[in-house]
Amino acid sequence: MTSGIATPGAGWRKADGAAAQKNQKRRRRGNGRRGRNAEMAMVDEAEFTSYYGRPIIKAPVWKTPDVPLYLFLGGAAGTSSILAALADASARPSLSRVGRFVAGGGAIASVGFLVHDLGRPERFLHMLRVMKPTSALSVGTYILSPFSAAAGATAAVELLGWFPRLKRFGGAVSALFGGPMATYTAVLLANTAVPSWNHFHTKLPFVFAGSAMAAGGGLCMIFTPVDEAGPARKMAVAGAAVELGVVHQIESDESIVSEPYHLGRAGRFMQAAKTCTAAGAGLTVVAGRTRLGAVASGTLLAAGSLLTRFGVFDAGMASARDPKYTVIPQRERMAARDREHASTITR
Amino acid sequence: MTSISSASPALTGNDPKNRLFGPLPDVSAEAGYVEEHPKRVGFFTDTSVCIGCKACEVACKEWNTLPMDDSHGTRDVIGLSGMSYDNTGQLGANSWRHVAFIEQTRVVDLPMPAVGLPGALNRPEMPAPDSGDLDSTAKAQASVLNAEALSEFDPQTAQTGADKQIRWLMSSDVCKHCTHAGCLDACPTGALFRTEFGTVVVQQDICNGCGYCVPSCPYGVIDQRKDDGRVFKCTMCYDRLTDGLMPACATACPTQSIQFGDLDELQERADARLATLQSQGVETARLYGRDENDGVGGNGAFFLLLDEPEVYGLPPDPIVPARDLPAMWKAAATGAAMIVGVAVSAVLGSRRR
Ligand code: SF4
Ligand code: SF4
Ligand code: SF4
Repeated sequence: MTSGIATPGAGWRKADGAAAQKNQKRRRRGNGRRGRNAEMAMVDEAEFTSYYGRPIIKAPVWKTPDVPLYLFLGGAAGTSSILAALADASARPSLSRVGRFVAGGGAIASVGFLVHDLGRPERFLHMLRVMKPTSALSVGTYILSPFSAAAGATAAVELLGWFPRLKRFGGAVSALFGGPMATYTAVLLANTAVPSWNHFHTKLPFVFAGSAMAAGGGLCMIFTPVDEAGPARKMAVAGAAVELGVVHQIESDESIVSEPYHLGRAGRFMQAAKTCTAAGAGLTVVAGRTRLGAVASGTLLAAGSLLTRFGVFDAGMASARDPKYTVIPQRERMAARDREHASTITR
Repeated sequence: MTSISSASPALTGNDPKNRLFGPLPDVSAEAGYVEEHPKRVGFFTDTSVCIGCKACEVACKEWNTLPMDDSHGTRDVIGLSGMSYDNTGQLGANSWRHVAFIEQTRVVDLPMPAVGLPGALNRPEMPAPDSGDLDSTAKAQASVLNAEALSEFDPQTAQTGADKQIRWLMSSDVCKHCTHAGCLDACPTGALFRTEFGTVVVQQDICNGCGYCVPSCPYGVIDQRKDDGRVFKCTMCYDRLTDGLMPACATACPTQSIQFGDLDELQERADARLATLQSQGVETARLYGRDENDGVGGNGAFFLLLDEPEVYGLPPDPIVPARDLPAMWKAAATGAAMIVGVAVSAVLGSRRR
């Protein structure tokens, strides 16, 4: 629609342009403390306009420790439940027991965080009025509810030592929902207008899958005798590798919306996450077969996963608060479309 | 990703009825209303005649008993924003109309007093600053029949002749009542729903304050009241519509900058208005949200703007997040399968039992 205008703005400029610009620069410098990043941010400055620097989209109103913790616990619980069911089938009673406890505890706690994050917690059950495939939170509700019920019940009977057959059934049900439980949360974040989440909508599910495997495997390693914990170690290392690989793809993406993953608090979280995850995976390979090594590496892997969730969450929040992450990619998209259009006309 | 246009055919195969993305001739029918539902209504906000009086803001606050807040949405606080005459700041839970104010300048060649010694060589070639000339232009324009003189009139600045270096942009922003509404797609409780008029409304007795609609709106319209927990936005005066009344803001607007009516009729009117302005030489005029092939399938409330959308705080090329939903669910399913695969091979690959 705007493509027909020969001179955008026809020479009109914001009346107090100079002062407004100075404000913005000050703000930016505060954001990207490190020298290189600050420069990077400033180069982009000239290329976009905004309404007094105001954000265009609204940042999520989700509370900050709640939602990242929910993402972490849901992931760890999901992968642990799968590990527990498989360990049960392959006669590894300790691993199975630990996996069920991690799954049950994580599931119940994550429900708690989710409900606590609602503006009207007493209306939690309104989520079950409808089922909407367009809403990741609605779909997620129908993953989380059976998963947490099954995983919680399985952990409870495991603790009490009752009904072994029911326990196996509950474990199988929770394992069935474990995978979706670990990855649907990525769609939850990506299916929003938040630039740094939405842009990576095909990558985030793999970050979360990897991170969940690292966390679930890591937590199971901590509490399982080393000679039974082989599968947990393998899953944790594979998960860490996936997480590190896909996070690297996101961070090195040439789009401006990968910038928030490097800057400020999100950048520090992501850096710490990579360090913990890589160290945890390395330590698992070297010393995972010793008790002390298993505890140390499992803790590092879980910490890495947790930090990744905080980093991804914060990067999205930062991208929502700065209008440039909304405007510049949309402008680039329009320019690309115009170029495409022009080329079909000349042909 | 940036190379994929918003009219990406990626989904058309899975979405023949454009339920997620693309033009949708009848939004109410798609939402399940029977044949005889009312026509889709909307707003055409013509910012070229907005005078920034904020009557719409006030009317909306009064009709909907919205609480007071400052320009950042903090309740019961008076605060000057420092943004021209705009102390409302943004659309939010307590401001369902927001008048944006932008002061702009441009460089024009005004006849300058000559510099240099009196009687210098270039003196006779410079036209003397002649205010009498401008006066006569204005006098000629006072006669509505003097078409030639009227063509000198600049509708962007309401000024004549050479002195056109300042203009004000004012625009009353509102919920767009999108054809494909991100907020509506996201709501897990069904609190947000499509009305028989094709508008998008929150049912306050259902909303549980999950907040998922807030970041899902590509325009940053809907927001949560912190102390209440629920979310709020323009209802297009659903209560008034069901009683056959015009929305409060449109009723209060003294310049008909906010025009309410059947959407198809408003679209025709807007096209005609755009043509008029362009024939008057307002080359920066454009319609925003009128195009049903845009990223949200067109807006129920659309605008005539005099500058780029982002100048007014609007996204230049919004896309409903659900456009890419099939790709997201596919990636999530693949990720879940990968977890199972890794776990199985980890168990099978570990000898010790
Ligand atoms: S503008 Fe935002 S709040 Fe309004 S209908 Fe569209 S998505 Fe929903
Ligand atoms: S906050 Fe309310 S209206 Fe918004 S998505 Fe949640 S339940 Fe729906
Ligand atoms: S239509 Fe009604 S609710 Fe919406 S902005 Fe106008 S007065 Fe407010």
